[in-house]
Amino acid sequence: MGIEDTVERVAVNLLRLATTKLPKDVKEALQRAYREEESEIGKIQLETILKNVEQAEETGTPICQDTGTIVFYVKAGAKAKNLSEIAEALRSATKIATETVPLRPNAVNPFTQENTGDNTGRFIPFIHWEIVSGDSVEITAFPKGGGSENVCALGMLTPGQGVKRLKKFVVDAVIRAGAMPCPPTIVGVGVGGGSDIAMKLAKMALLRPLDQPNPDLELAKMEEELREAANMTGIGPMGLGGKSTVLGVNMEWAHRHPASYPVGVAFQCWAARRASARLYSNGTLEYLTHEVK
Amino acid sequence: MAVLRLKTPLSERDMRGLKARDTVYVTGTLVTARDQAHKRALEFLREGKKLPVNLEGLAVFHCGPIVKREDEKWKVVAAGPTTSARMEPLEGDFITALGVRLIIGKGGMGPKTAEAMKSFGAAYAAFTGGAAVLAAKMIKAVKGVEWLDLGMPEALWVLEVEDFGPLTVAMDSHGNNLYADIIKRAEGNRERIYRRIGYAK
Repeated sequence: MGIEDTVERVAVNLLRLATTKLPKDVKEALQRAYREEESEIGKIQLETILKNVEQAEETGTPICQDTGTIVFYVKAGAKAKNLSEIAEALRSATKIATETVPLRPNAVNPFTQENTGDNTGRFIPFIHWEIVSGDSVEITAFPKGGGSENVCALGMLTPGQGVKRLKKFVVDAVIRAGAMPCPPTIVGVGVGGGSDIAMKLAKMALLRPLDQPNPDLELAKMEEELREAANMTGIGPMGLGGKSTVLGVNMEWAHRHPASYPVGVAFQCWAARRASARLYSNGTLEYLTHEVK
Repeated sequence: MAVLRLKTPLSERDMRGLKARDTVYVTGTLVTARDQAHKRALEFLREGKKLPVNLEGLAVFHCGPIVKREDEKWKVVAAGPTTSARMEPLEGDFITALGVRLIIGKGGMGPKTAEAMKSFGAAYAAFTGGAAVLAAKMIKAVKGVEWLDLGMPEALWVLEVEDFGPLTVAMDSHGNNLYADIIKRAEGNRERIYRRIGYAK
């Protein structure tokens, strides 16, 4: 079996896992939110969410009918074989998963409004590539829902206003988003680089599990501060009021141009779907986000 | 905060009895409609054409479901609500011209819809966003589908449901809007939050 077959099979599995089973950290964060919620309507929302997550897992059906735009993150070992076949394998895996999971066809031509019907299209599935050392390949499936995507924000701030302004930008984005992104959300914040880099970092930040604090202690503190600040809004589960508006805030950063202070804010709905696996050159396979029997 | 069980066809009286924050379960017929279906429905009305489904007294569900064809029958796999705000420009006319009594969605709607609900006697109820599997479980049968040419998410799916809920009445026919109240409260908290993060004007 060549790498293409293996990658295809693994990617179909990853899409199925991602769309039907939440990672443990997200589930635990939702359970905590339920325990701590004081608003009666907020509690009903979280109870419904948790029941739904359980049912989806039991029946193997998608947690949410919006199974997202299909995005993959690939860390390709420079010495891994047949790297050129991965993109095609991920594309065909997307088509197969659309049929078999099933996923909702979500790839629409922006000019003709025509839906391709199989979740593939121009640049879709989108693949973020990273070349790493070694000979293994790590693949993350990241189906991204539209509701939370529609409230993502980019700010090209004034450098002189500094970190305080950055924090305000995040809080403002949470208030502006209100009920739209299906709170409690995970907020990814990307700082620096340039406009595209800040958004890319914001999305990358969403890949970090909620129970894994930022390795930078100062940033870990800022993430906690922003989480508390976002939860002071009272927007609550599904925007119907309550304590838990965000489950967490994750930050990533790059150095910036002296004249620019880009800040990207990416929202991930409570159905924070992601699944990763690592393929080793000897053919062994390790799932990183889910327990697979 | 009352808990109510309603059956379609829904009457103006049913709707006037609902208050924001109430919990509702609906039994009967829901019809899904999103952006494209709203657009086409209003085009039909302008051209004096009849809609393939009579929506009078029914509930419209903002939802683009995943539906599977099994043994010649449609089966809903996942069917949570979609963001209702996208339908805001068209919903007011949609409600009054077609006689829709209940809108089910997520995130709430704007002043035009609120006005139509107040004058016509309709309400907006929120179903938990993303809770697509639970929603599908409460759908007992697909009674029909129209406008499938718009694509699976955009078609009109006529669904038979039983105790569909819990739905939270978020906009009632008396002008109350739970979302607006929450956002107002968030706005009111803004200065306190700014102080918390060390941002002072």
